[in-house]
Amino acid sequence: MIPPSYFFILSLVLFVLGIIAFFVKRDLITQFMAVEIMLNAANLAFLALAKLSNFLDAQVVVFFVITVAAAEAAIGLAIVLLIFRQKKSIKTEDMRTMKG
Amino acid sequence: MTEMFWLIPLAPAASTLILVVFGRKLPKKYVSLLACGAVLVSFAIAVISFLGLLKTASANLPLIKSLFTWIRAGSLKADFSLQFDSLSAIMVLVVTGVGFLIHVYSIGYMSEDKGYARYFAYLNLFTFAMLLLVLASNMILMFVGWEGVGLCSYLLIGFWFEKDSAANAGKKAFILNRIGDAGFILGILFIFLAVGSSEFSAIGSAIGHGTLTQGMATLIAILLFVGAAGKSAQLPLYVWLPDAMEGPTPVSALIHAATMVTAGVYMVVRMNLLYTLSATGGQIVAIVGALTAVFAATMALTQNDIKRVLAYSTISQLGYMFIGCGVGAYAAGVFHLTTHAFFKSLLFLSAGSVIHALSGEQDMRRMGGLKKYLPRTYPPFLVGAIAIAGVPFLSGFFSKDAILTQAFAQRQYFIWALGLAGAVMTAFYMFRLIFLTFHGNERLESGAKHHLHESPKVMTVPLAILAFLSIVAGYVGLPAVFGEKANIFGRFLEPVIKPVSEGHIGLGTEWTLILISVAVAFLGIFLAYVLYLRFPGIPGKLVAWFPGLYGLLYKKYYVDEIYKATIVNPLVQGSEWIYSHFDLKVVDGTINGSASATGFFGKVLSRLQTGLIKDYALIFLLGIVIFIGVLLF
Repeated sequence: MIPPSYFFILSLVLFVLGIIAFFVKRDLITQFMAVEIMLNAANLAFLALAKLSNFLDAQVVVFFVITVAAAEAAIGLAIVLLIFRQKKSIKTEDMRTMKG
Repeated sequence: MTEMFWLIPLAPAASTLILVVFGRKLPKKYVSLLACGAVLVSFAIAVISFLGLLKTASANLPLIKSLFTWIRAGSLKADFSLQFDSLSAIMVLVVTGVGFLIHVYSIGYMSEDKGYARYFAYLNLFTFAMLLLVLASNMILMFVGWEGVGLCSYLLIGFWFEKDSAANAGKKAFILNRIGDAGFILGILFIFLAVGSSEFSAIGSAIGHGTLTQGMATLIAILLFVGAAGKSAQLPLYVWLPDAMEGPTPVSALIHAATMVTAGVYMVVRMNLLYTLSATGGQIVAIVGALTAVFAATMALTQNDIKRVLAYSTISQLGYMFIGCGVGAYAAGVFHLTTHAFFKSLLFLSAGSVIHALSGEQDMRRMGGLKKYLPRTYPPFLVGAIAIAGVPFLSGFFSKDAILTQAFAQRQYFIWALGLAGAVMTAFYMFRLIFLTFHGNERLESGAKHHLHESPKVMTVPLAILAFLSIVAGYVGLPAVFGEKANIFGRFLEPVIKPVSEGHIGLGTEWTLILISVAVAFLGIFLAYVLYLRFPGIPGKLVAWFPGLYGLLYKKYYVDEIYKATIVNPLVQGSEWIYSHFDLKVVDGTINGSASATGFFGKVLSRLQTGLIKDYALIFLLGIVIFIGVLLF
């Protein structure tokens, strides 16, 4: 039996990695992947809690998160595609039209 | 039948509306028919109402017709209600009667003008406003008419607005009337404060019950008189009336001689209980009136413009009316108002006929000897001059004498003497005008003489009617020497005017006073005859002997210049200083400053919006960290 704290530590490590990747990487696709990693880290934490407390609702939430993440990835990739067609680049520094 | 008096102002109002909307498209014939017809309808209703009034029992007077409630705000309440009594009846008859004749005269006088319909629209609007003024049953509605006639006066003085002097004269009249109106409004407000209503009946009963204190009555009386001095061109606000002669001559006759300028007199007579209660108020009215009568007469002595002489004469005669009101002879004041409406409009219209005949010439130095060219203008003009000069058996003699006799009877000897001095000068300047215009050498310019023509019938017939009225109007108000009942006019007005405790003078004294008046009138005429007909060289020598005095009179005591230097110029310069120092710097500075400050802060804050997703995410992350930190610790 693996102690539950391992799950939490793994979840935390994944989440921090996601944050670091988001800030370090410059292209939108990689940043998207970083966000996905953070979502999955959260999913892992939910599952660990469900197992620990025998609380089934948390498992249901995970399904929702996976569904929403899938939809979000589809829309996000479509947006990235459109941006690339317009700007010939997916670097975030090239998208500064909102600069004050 | 008298109940339909409230229809009197309706016809001119309707005609005004039609002329304003369709006037440009209507042919001149229909414009004149409509405008004159409307006033004639009013006159007819006025006559019917007047005849009905004679049969109405005095207990039922005044007749009041309340049309609707106009203002109701707290304790302030004003109805749109009209009132008809003997005073209103006389005023309405004068306004519509003389007004109708002047409308008819205008058909001829204005026939060539391109603003024909506009002119008649203004004239009808004026008639409506004036009727509203004299028929109103409360101060507020009266004030509406009061302002209405002021507006029409402004519009008609500036009728030929392409001329700078006409436009300026209009503005001057309007502004000086504003000064007077400020006092008038304050007076109305104080009446509300003291009485709680502005209905004339309520004011009368408040005075009757003694709820109005002496001090308050004096305050109101003076404030209202300030308004009257503005409207009726009394010292020190008279300066607009001579300039008002820039308007068409029939306008001068109707508005600036017969009707509008007498509104102040009408108002004081309407408030006669107030002025009787406040001895100080009455005294001020009498003194201002007497000073104006003399002051304006002296200025009329040296003027060369035929209309300006008549304008100063009007100011002077209005002064006589105020003397009458001030010494308690209200009926005599109204009597003089009525006769003056006849003979002064007659004089103005005849002068207009002369000007018309000479293609616009107004300077008497370029007239003379016109008697034989204008056979239908000269006799009415002469009748008017004799009437105003105070020659016996014509209307002006009876009315002026009634005022002066009452002043003497009230022991106001100083005012009586001023009035006599004014009477000499009146006779003098009127006959100076007659002699310079119609007698003596011809001094016409060749161009004017070439076009010289007598005016058409449409102008001379009204002259004849007015001349007839100027002769006979005096016989309704005969002095007491012809018996107690001789003064029909005074007895007719008695329901409105509380008789003043008359300082009784014997018949002998009264005869003496009448003889003095007659002597004074003939003295003036004789002097004018000697100076301007017998020895025409003397006036020139007099000017050479007394250049200072002549200059003072000719320049009208420099009053216009003094007003300009002490009031107008400081006001203009002060306004300019405030414009450049306060408006431009403080007001505009504040507005511009706040705008640029907002812009500056906006620019600083917009630095936060880098447009980089990572920056936003970083701020988001920091926010979450702080949020969690706060939750945990």
